[in-house]
Amino acid sequence: MDFNDTPEEAEFRAEASAFLSQHLDPKGARPLRQRIAGDEFMRQAKAWQALKADNQFAQITWPKEWGGRGGSSMQNVIWGQEEAKFDAPTGPFTIGLGMCIPTVIAFGSDDHKARYVKKALRGEEIWCQLFSEPSAGSDVAGLKTRAVRDGDDWVINGQKVWTSGAHYSDYGILLVRTDPKAPKHKGLTMFIVNMKQAGVEARPIHQASGGREFNEVYFTDVRIPDSDRLGEVGEGWKVAIVTLMNERLAVGGSPGPDWSEIMDYAKQSGTITDGAFRENLADWYVAAQGYKLTKLRTQTALSRGQTPGPENSIGKIITANQLQDICNSAIEMQDHYGLMTDTETMPADALFQQSFMWAPGLRIAGGTDEILKNIIAERVLGLPQDVRVDKSVPFDELKQG
Amino acid sequence: MNFDFSDDQKFLGNEARKFLSAECTTQHVRDVLNDDAISHHAGVWQKVVEMGWLGTAIPEEFGGLGLGALELCVLAEEMGRALAPVPFASSVYFFAEGLMQAGSGQQKAALLPGVASGDVIGCYAASEGPGHPDPARLSVTFDGQTISGRKLPVTDGDVATHALVLVREGSGASIVLVDLTAEGVTRTPVKTLEPTRSHAEICFDKAPAERLGAAGEGAALHDAILNQAAVLLAFEQLGGATRCLEMATDYAKERHAFGRPIGGNQAIKHKLADMYVKNEVARSNCYFGAWALSTNAVELPEAAAASRLAASEAFWFASKENIQTHGGMGFTWEVDCHLFYRRAKLLAVQAGAPAVWKEKLVRALELRNAA
Repeated sequence: MDFNDTPEEAEFRAEASAFLSQHLDPKGARPLRQRIAGDEFMRQAKAWQALKADNQFAQITWPKEWGGRGGSSMQNVIWGQEEAKFDAPTGPFTIGLGMCIPTVIAFGSDDHKARYVKKALRGEEIWCQLFSEPSAGSDVAGLKTRAVRDGDDWVINGQKVWTSGAHYSDYGILLVRTDPKAPKHKGLTMFIVNMKQAGVEARPIHQASGGREFNEVYFTDVRIPDSDRLGEVGEGWKVAIVTLMNERLAVGGSPGPDWSEIMDYAKQSGTITDGAFRENLADWYVAAQGYKLTKLRTQTALSRGQTPGPENSIGKIITANQLQDICNSAIEMQDHYGLMTDTETMPADALFQQSFMWAPGLRIAGGTDEILKNIIAERVLGLPQDVRVDKSVPFDELKQG
Repeated sequence: MNFDFSDDQKFLGNEARKFLSAECTTQHVRDVLNDDAISHHAGVWQKVVEMGWLGTAIPEEFGGLGLGALELCVLAEEMGRALAPVPFASSVYFFAEGLMQAGSGQQKAALLPGVASGDVIGCYAASEGPGHPDPARLSVTFDGQTISGRKLPVTDGDVATHALVLVREGSGASIVLVDLTAEGVTRTPVKTLEPTRSHAEICFDKAPAERLGAAGEGAALHDAILNQAAVLLAFEQLGGATRCLEMATDYAKERHAFGRPIGGNQAIKHKLADMYVKNEVARSNCYFGAWALSTNAVELPEAAAASRLAASEAFWFASKENIQTHGGMGFTWEVDCHLFYRRAKLLAVQAGAPAVWKEKLVRALELRNAA
C-alpha cells in the first residue's frame, strides 16, 4: 500500500496542475453568491472545454483517434483530483461525454462517430439523455413514447421527463417503444435525436427546490431517419444498459457541503463544543471517508487492469443521505434563524439551506435509494429478483397508471 | 498510488482462512462457550503457535517473523471471521505491540521471544469500573517497584502470564509491566457476555512491577497502544461482519416463506444491502488504518478512530440483523448467530467504546485542522 505517485504519475500531476492554474481560479476564490450563471456561464464552459480538448485534457482515457489523450485510468483519477481543486465549469458536458457519446461510440456507425464525437468533446455540441417518462421512472423499461416506422424515417410521439440540460442540448439519445406487442424490455429501440428540430419542445420543470434545472421534453411527430438508430430495432434495452453502466461512473462526486464545511461552521458558531454535534460529526467523517477510500480501492483495481468489484455502488446511497442529514443539522444549529435563505447575509452563503432543498432530489436522481439497494441485493449479494408480473406479458396488455 | 494489499499478503490471508476453517470451526468456539472451566481453546492455540502467527510483526532478532503491520491486519481479519477463541489479540495487538512501542531493549529481549513462541501470553489491564479509564483518576497505584489495586475486567487476564497495566504514579499515569504469576497477584475469572474469550478480575497487592518508558507517560502510551490495537481489532470486526453478511445472505436464499425465498422481499434485501454498505465503509476505513499503522503516518489517530468506529458499527449492525434475518432460529443456542453478536460487543468495548472514539476522532480532526 502506498499513496505516493510514481515518477510518471507525479509528472502528469504537475503538468495537469500547471495547466489548470494557468487558466482557472482555485475553488472557493469566488463566493457562492457571485457564481456566474446563464449564458455567460455557458460561454465560459464551452471555452474551457475547447481549451481542454486542444491540450488533450478533455477525455483522458479516450483513444487519441477520438480526441482523447490515450491515457491511463490512474491519469484520469489524477486529472479529476486536480481539476476538482479549481472552479472548473464542467457541468454541461458530464452527461454527454460520460454517457451519451460512449453509447454512440459503442453502437453508432462510422459516420456517426466522425460527425458527433469530436464536436462533443470540444464542447461545441451538448448532449442529453432521454430515458425517464412520467410513468416510467425506476421502471424505465415501462416507457411509452412511441416510434412508428414511415418509409426511411421513424415518427416519434410522446413525453420524456427529468432531462438534464434538454433546453440547451443540441442532440440527445432517445429510448422509445417501437413494438407495443412485445414484452416491455423487448419492444424498445434507441435513436440519436436532433434536439433543435421542429416538434421537440423542452419545458423546464419547476422543482420542489424552486429551481428549474431539469426539463420535460415533448415530441410531436418528430421524424428521425432510420440511419440514426443505435443498435438493432427492439434491442434498445441492451443499448440503454451500456449507457446506464457509464452513468454509475459519471455520477457520484461531492454533491454539496460535507463534514468539513459543517465543522467550519460549528467552529464559527460555537456548536463545536456540543457533545451531540461531535458524535454526529464523527459519523459523517467516517462514512464520507469510507466512500472516498472505496473509490481509491476501485481506482487501484482499474489501474491494475482489473475489473473493479461492486463496491462503488455504495456511493450515492451514502452521499445523498449524508448531504440531507448535514444540511438539516446545520439549519437546526441556527435555530429559527436557519429558516432564512438570503445568500448575502446567511452563514456559508446559505449553502446549507440551498442544499437542504436539493438533497431530496439527489436521493432520487440516477436511481433511488431503494433501487440502488435492490441492485446491491440482487447483483452483488445474488438475492432473488423482485416478483416481476410484467416480464413476459405484451406491453400493450399491461396495467398502467 | 496503490491502495490494496499485495498478492503475497492476500495469499497469507487465503491460507489463514483455509487453515482456520478446518482447525477453528464454530464447534471449537462452542467448546469454550459450553465449558466455564476453560479460558481458551488449547488445541486451537497450539496450532496458532505452530503456524508462527504470534510472531508475525515481531522482529527476527526477537524471535519473530519480522513481517509488518499489514500482514498482521490480514491475519486479524481471518481471526475475527473465525471467532478464534484464543488470547491472540491480547498477546499480540496489545502486549507485544505495546512492548515494541515503549519497552526497553532488555524488556523486549526478555519477553518478545516468549510471545512469539507462545510461552508468554500477554494482556492489557486498563479498566477499573464503569466508563473508559481516565488516566488522571486511576485507583491502581505504582510506588516505583510494586503496584496495588484492582483491574476489572481484564480480557485474558486469567490465562495470561504477563500484563501491561495502566497505573497511577504520583500525580501522573504510567504503564507498567507485571509478571502475573508472581506473588501479590490474585486472579478471579469473571462471567461476561462473551464467554468464548476469558476475562478476569485481577487484584494486585504490592505485586512487583517495572515501568514501560518514563514516569508520567502513561496517558500518551495508553493512547498509542489503543491506536494500534484499534486498527487490528477493526480487522477482526471486519472479518466478523463479513461472515455475518454471508450467513444472512445464504439463509435468505434458502429459507422459504409464503412460497418463495425470504430474500426476495425488499425488507430483507434492503436490510442486507445496508449491511453491505456498512461493511464496505468499514473495509475501506480499515485499509486506510492499516496503511497508517504500517507507515506510522501522522494520520494514524484519525485513521485508527475511523477504522474502529466504522468496523464497530458494521459488526454491531451485521450481527444483530443477522439474528433478525434468521428469525426464531436465530435466537436459538444451536444456531451460530449469537456467537457473532457476543463477539461484536466484546470487540466494540474492549479498547474504548464508540463514544470514546468519536471524541478522539473529532479532537484529532480539530488538531489537524488547526495545524
